[in-house]
Amino acid sequence: MLLKRLTEASGLPGNEKEIRDIIKDEITDYVDEIKVDRLGNLIAIKKGKEGYPRVMLAAHMDEIGLMVKSIDEGGFIKFVPVGGIDDRILVSKVVQIGNNKIPGVIGAKAIHLQEPDEREKALKHKQLYIDIGAKSKAEAEKLVSKGDYISFVSDYVEFGNNLVKAKALDDRVGCSILVELLKEAYDATICAVFSVQEEIGLRGARVAAYGINPDFALVLEGTVCSDVSNVDEAQHGTRLGHGPALSIMDMASLFDKGLTKRIHQIAVDNNINIQFRQIATGGNDAGSIHLTREGIPSAALSIPCRYIHSPASIMSKDDYDGCRKLMQLFLKSIEKEAYARG
Amino acid sequence: MDNGQLSLLKKLVESYGPSGSEEKIRDIIMDEIKDYADEMKIDRMGNLIAIKKGPGKRIMIAAHMDEIGVIATSIDDNGFIRFSNVGGVSPFTALYQRVIFSDGTIGVVSMEHLDEMKDLKLNKMFIDIGTKSKEETLKKIDIGDVGCFYNTLTQDGDRLVAKAMDDRIGCFIAIEALKAVKDSPNELYFVFTVQEEVGIRGAKTAAYGIDPDMGIAVDVTLTGDTPKARTMDVKIGDGPAIKIRDNSMLTHPAVKNLMIDTAKANNIPYQLEVLEFGGTDSGAIHLTRSGVPSGVISIPCRYVHSPSEMVSEKDVEHSIILLTKTLEQDIQF
Repeated sequence: MLLKRLTEASGLPGNEKEIRDIIKDEITDYVDEIKVDRLGNLIAIKKGKEGYPRVMLAAHMDEIGLMVKSIDEGGFIKFVPVGGIDDRILVSKVVQIGNNKIPGVIGAKAIHLQEPDEREKALKHKQLYIDIGAKSKAEAEKLVSKGDYISFVSDYVEFGNNLVKAKALDDRVGCSILVELLKEAYDATICAVFSVQEEIGLRGARVAAYGINPDFALVLEGTVCSDVSNVDEAQHGTRLGHGPALSIMDMASLFDKGLTKRIHQIAVDNNINIQFRQIATGGNDAGSIHLTREGIPSAALSIPCRYIHSPASIMSKDDYDGCRKLMQLFLKSIEKEAYARG
Repeated sequence: MDNGQLSLLKKLVESYGPSGSEEKIRDIIMDEIKDYADEMKIDRMGNLIAIKKGPGKRIMIAAHMDEIGVIATSIDDNGFIRFSNVGGVSPFTALYQRVIFSDGTIGVVSMEHLDEMKDLKLNKMFIDIGTKSKEETLKKIDIGDVGCFYNTLTQDGDRLVAKAMDDRIGCFIAIEALKAVKDSPNELYFVFTVQEEVGIRGAKTAAYGIDPDMGIAVDVTLTGDTPKARTMDVKIGDGPAIKIRDNSMLTHPAVKNLMIDTAKANNIPYQLEVLEFGGTDSGAIHLTRSGVPSGVISIPCRYVHSPSEMVSEKDVEHSIILLTKTLEQDIQF
C-alpha cells in the first residue's frame, strides 16, 4: 500500500530522495512531464485541454526529524532537531541514522537513578543522546557522520475504527492523495508539486510556484487534531473522522474565499463530510505559494492527524477517502477560463 | 480639512475592513477616486491599483486598507464565540470592546473568570452577541467570520480619534494626494493594499506586478510624547514623520533626501522617525525583484492598534502636501 510505503520511508528536509523516488516511480505512467527542480521539488505536469486553467497541487515530501551534531568519546550521538520537534516526545524512541539506516535509541537516565526533582522535569534534546551500540567515538564514526539525518522508526498500523497509526502522516498523506489524483483525467492542466523543505519554512513550494506560475493552487496537508481528553472543544482544531478540513486562516495565509467556498459547496452537494480548521496557528505551503509573483489564489485541504509531529500520529481512512473524492470532484468541475487572470 | 474631507475620513475609519475582508473599504475608495485616476484595477490578492499616467518613472504609493480584527474559531452550546486574532490584537486592549462583523452583528468581548488579570489571553476570552444557543449564533456568525473593533470618529480640537486610523488615515492621504497632484512627470501607481496587518502581503504581490522605480508607503507610526512613554523622538502635531528605519527596512537615502528637500522647499514641518520595531508596506516593496528604493511618510499616531487611535489634523494636512509635492518631483534614480 502506497501510504504504508511512504510513511515507513524516511525523508527529512533537504533529503527527500527516498520519498521522491517512490512517488516518481508511482506516477510516471500517468503524467506528461516529470522533472526535479534545483531545490529537489518533484514536479509532474498532466496536460489538460486548451483554455482551461493551470492548477498547482502541492503536498510536501519532507517530515520532521533530527540531525547528528556530534559524537562523544563514548560513541554516543548528540543531535539537533530539524523542524518543529517537541523535546518531550523524544526519550526512548527508536530512530535510524543516515542513508545506511543505522538503528539507534534515544537514551536517558533510568528512573532508578533519577533524583526526585529530576523526575518532575521533561528532558531537553540537549540532555539526550542516541545510543547506536558503539563502544567508542572511533567505532561510531565508522557508522555515522556529523550532519547525517535521523528519522523515527514507526510501523504503519491499521487499527480501531478505520484508523491508521504511522509516522510522517504530515504530509505523506497529502503525497499519497496527490499520487492517486494524478491517475484520473481532467480538463484542467494539473501541475503536481511534491515539495521539499516545508517543515523548515515553506521553502520548496516557494520556488516551485514561481517556476510554474499557476492560475491557482491547492495544498493537501496533514493538520493538527486535538479532539481528545482534557482539551476544550474550542481548542480541538479539527476532529478525527469528521472529514477533511478546509483552512480559512493560519499564520501564513488568509485563504482564497472563492476557492474555499466552492470546495465546501461541492462537499455539501455530494454528502462528503467536511469541516473547517478551527485554529489560526500553524502554516503550510500555501503561505509561500499565494505570495508568489502577482499573487496566486490558494486554498488548503487537510487530513486531521492526532499527535502530529510525533512518531505515532493517527488519522482516519474515512477522512482520507473523503478528501480524495472531494478533490476529484473539484478538479473535474473546473471550467474553461475559470480563474482567468484579470 | 473641509467638511467633505472630514466626512470621507469618517466613512473610511468607521467602515468594516479587517485583513482579508477589505471589500467595503475598496468600494468607498473606488467611488471617491474614479474621476481622478486614468485607470483602476483590482489584482488577484484584492489590492486596488489606481494609475495616473505619466511619461517618467513609475512610483508606487502604498496605503493599506486592512485593519486588525478577530476571527471566530468556535461556537459553544450557549452561543458564545471563541476567537483568534487577525493581526496584532492585545487581549487587554480587546477586553470589553465591541466588535462588528461583516453582516453588522455587534458583539462584546469578554473573558472567563480569572484570579489574576495578567493571565488574560485570547483563548480565555469570548464574544457575546446576545444569543442563547449555538443554533441562534450560527444564524448570524459562522466559524471563520471576521470582525473588527466598533467605534466612531471624534474630534478634540486638532486631534482626531477613531479605530483603524492605522491605516485609513494613510488611505485618506493617498486619496487626497491623488486628487491634488498636478503635472507629475512620473507615472503614479496608487495602491490601496490588503493584508498588511497579517504580514505585509498585499504590497508584496502588487509591487511584483508594478515593478516600480520608487516606493512610498503612507502609514501611521508610534510616538514618544505621552507620560512615561517608551523613548521615541516623534510627537503628534509636529508634522509628518519621514522614516529613517523600522524593522522591515532602512529608508533609501535618495528617497529620504527627496522627501526632506521637498518638505524644506515647501515649508512643510517634518520630523525624522527612527522606529525600533514594526514595519510597513515599504518593507515588502523595497525587496521586490531586483530592489526598489523606498521610503515612508508616517503619520504620528498615539494608541496604535487600539479602538481609539489618535492623530493630528494638521499632521494629516501636511502629509497630503508632502506626498503631493514629492510625487511632482522629477525622480533622478
